[in-house]
Amino acid sequence: MAWTREQMAQRAAQELEDGFYVNLGIGIPTLVSNYIPEGMEIQLQSENGMLGMGPFPYEGEEDADLINAGKQTVTELPTTSYFSNADSFAMIRGGHINLSILGAMQVAQNGDLANWMIPGKMVKGMGGAMDLVAGVKKVIVVMEHTAKGDPKLLKSCNLPLTGKGVVDMVITDMAVFEFDKSGETPRMKLIELADGVALEDVKAATEAEFEVAV
Amino acid sequence: MSDRKIYADATAALEGILKDGMTLMSGGFGLCGIPETLIDAVKASGVKGLTVISNNAGVDGIGLGVLLESKQISTMISSYVGENKMFAEQYLNGDLEVVFTPQGTLSEQIRAGGAGIPAFFTKTGVGTLVAEGKEVRNFDGEDYVMERGLTADVALVHAYMADKEGNLVFRKTARNFNPMMATAGRITVAEVEHLVEPGEIDPDHIVVPGIYVQRIVHVPNPVKHIEQRTTRPRKQVA
Repeated sequence: MAWTREQMAQRAAQELEDGFYVNLGIGIPTLVSNYIPEGMEIQLQSENGMLGMGPFPYEGEEDADLINAGKQTVTELPTTSYFSNADSFAMIRGGHINLSILGAMQVAQNGDLANWMIPGKMVKGMGGAMDLVAGVKKVIVVMEHTAKGDPKLLKSCNLPLTGKGVVDMVITDMAVFEFDKSGETPRMKLIELADGVALEDVKAATEAEFEVAV
Repeated sequence: MSDRKIYADATAALEGILKDGMTLMSGGFGLCGIPETLIDAVKASGVKGLTVISNNAGVDGIGLGVLLESKQISTMISSYVGENKMFAEQYLNGDLEVVFTPQGTLSEQIRAGGAGIPAFFTKTGVGTLVAEGKEVRNFDGEDYVMERGLTADVALVHAYMADKEGNLVFRKTARNFNPMMATAGRITVAEVEHLVEPGEIDPDHIVVPGIYVQRIVHVPNPVKHIEQRTTRPRKQVA
């Protein structure tokens, strides 16, 4: 037993706070928008140049001029604003966005993140990921705990980095980890186990060294 | 107001300003807000060895994809190029050089270039491949990498509306890279869906002032493309 993609998104949604401006990546992070608690005001940012992103349009109401950063058709809300891509990243780099939730290929115990390239394979590019992890106040990674049985939480990343020491929290299908950044180097702490997952299971599926604080 | 900035069609709008080996900026995000008619005219011109600065590279057969197909591009400066088979092929066999640039760094490089700022420092990419060979400087205890401003010989942009002075207005997320690119082209050519007389756009609503726009071509009712058509079901009436 472990968490499903929906349960991982639901767990990530617990990190939202009223009034937050949030950027969601592609994949499981996108699902987080389905679990925004009733009554909580969250503005979603889309880095192509939109704040206050609404849900997908009804069929027949798609607008080619209204897309999110994943190039999917979306809708606007009464709070929506549009701006240039430079303004969008000024918002991101300038630390005005409260929370970024994104996927990853690897996370290291010091908070390093790799999610944009595998040497030798076709490289698509980093898009806005490097700017987001460098600039947003809190960075949460949501990902499967392992890839084809291999750990994704490592002592150090062996893929090219997206950002150094940038991760604040990791939510996997097995557990939740926090990075304590009070010291010289960030320290990784296990703070929660997924339903039906034992500490031994997590240890067996994790290469990174972590403290246990459940 | 004279019509001195208005050209009859995209071919006329590019007359005399294209040359082999030049640097071209092309607005848009994915296929949203791309200057598609102008790109098609660049293809028809046969100009080659282009360095193209654009967030993405179109898809096969649409947008910059057509210039890849005809092998007119030798270098791309982009943040994400995933949607293109032609691109993958030429990149992997070495015909095409790609400078992968973080999206926010790219848009700031263009903004800076247009504003006469030759370089700036950003924390984006510190400690990654992106920072290799670049100056890193510590400000207030944090490391930043130096990135250069970018300009182009010609910038191609798409706008929703222009007046004959070249004042531009955009629509929704089709704005994206177009405003900065308009400022960073030594010659900026705008393809616009609506062309109106000066005074018809409220000056408070103008996003790009006409000083940045040298040439305008009116392309009414352009075909717009959707890459990822995502919808939600309508609520069922009980």
